[in-house]
Amino acid sequence: MVQDRYDIVIIGAGPAGSVAARFAAQNGASVLMLERDREPGIPVRCAEGVSHNGIAPFIDIDERWIASRIEIAKLHAPNGETAKMYNNGLGYVLERRVFDTALCELAAKHGAHLITKADALDLLWEKEKITGVKYKYCGEIKTVKCDIVIGADGVESRVGRWAGIKTAVRLEDIDTCVQYTLADIDIEENTCEFYFGNNVSPGGYVWIFPKSDHTANVGIGLSGHLSHKKGPKKYLDEFVEKRFPDAKITYTVYGGVPTSATLKEIVRDNIMLVGDAARQVNPITGGGVVQGMIAASIAGKVAADAVREKRFDAKFLKKYSSEWEKKLGKTQRTMFTMKEKFLTMSDERFNNIVRFCQKIPKDKFGLKVLFTEAVKGDPKLMVDVAKAFVMSKLKRK
Amino acid sequence: MRINKELCDICGTCVAVCPADAIIVSEFEVKIDNKKCTNCLNCLKVCPIKAIEEGD
Repeated sequence: MVQDRYDIVIIGAGPAGSVAARFAAQNGASVLMLERDREPGIPVRCAEGVSHNGIAPFIDIDERWIASRIEIAKLHAPNGETAKMYNNGLGYVLERRVFDTALCELAAKHGAHLITKADALDLLWEKEKITGVKYKYCGEIKTVKCDIVIGADGVESRVGRWAGIKTAVRLEDIDTCVQYTLADIDIEENTCEFYFGNNVSPGGYVWIFPKSDHTANVGIGLSGHLSHKKGPKKYLDEFVEKRFPDAKITYTVYGGVPTSATLKEIVRDNIMLVGDAARQVNPITGGGVVQGMIAASIAGKVAADAVREKRFDAKFLKKYSSEWEKKLGKTQRTMFTMKEKFLTMSDERFNNIVRFCQKIPKDKFGLKVLFTEAVKGDPKLMVDVAKAFVMSKLKRK
Repeated sequence: MRINKELCDICGTCVAVCPADAIIVSEFEVKIDNKKCTNCLNCLKVCPIKAIEEGD
């Protein structure tokens, strides 16, 4: 049964929310998750690609939520030339619907509670202090008291706004996206594909993430300020018509991906933000699942420590933001600087990068080589990129 | 601002770019509070399905 009071209430039961819940509960806190939709993970607003190394620390790999395995990334230049990248380690295309529920089940196993179809409406305040959450459930307005609220409410990030945190992003810092799941198509095995170019997807890219040997998530993200009147759907329709003229669409979804640096402020007294809500997304790839889970694991643990020490002030909760900054926040900022460069990149430059990549031996070609070539001519950024990769290697050890 | 409910997919992208906190999302609909709206047109520009139009 749902109680009237918990140590921690988490708004949103996506990967960030459920991982925060699990780590908080595992460390002794009482936790309630409020999920607006009828089931965690739906509607799926995600290309569903993740790396094995990214998710393995958080959940045992289970075939139930793996649609396909990815070993190769194929890049398509605007002029049609391609390069294949083999050294990024094993990746998966997920079944987010099953994956998100599995993460919630794991949180539940550690004692966290969850209500679905529970729509958070506002924070509760007493003497200018956050003391709980107001939500709608089965047509009724309800309240739940708590010491810490964790906002894991995705791209909208309204919970942060209720607390007075500025979560709005610039048009340049959001990708506006459409994705189809296509059936009856010919695709390459174990390969995800990326198409670049100002005619294909200005300020973004088109992706093909296989879900089986004849189905795939095929989507597009355009930078918000470049989507103009045409919008992402027309670009995607043109692409699909050309590349997969006989495809059948089995799923259509729209969405936005924040591509900024992490928000300056992700904690205040009695509140923490995680995942897309904190803008913890890789600004180049748009990948947010793994970043959100890493942030949430830190946040969940810090929140449980806060409960144990009865310290709910921003100063204590900042242990989360400073650990995040060390772990990935800094790298994300480097990626953000690179993204700004991508936004103004000419088709010719993309062609040159792909041509350069073709010449690299198969065993030496990975993301680092690609990024270094992409920022050539900008020595400061090259150093930052090199540092970011060295750091991520060290952390993995 | 006005939302064409037949087009809207309730994805929340508009909310992320609203500087005035004028957009509310629930499981079944998105609403714009025109009293708070500053007519910056960010939501209209970013909407992936072009479901937002000018006007009340």
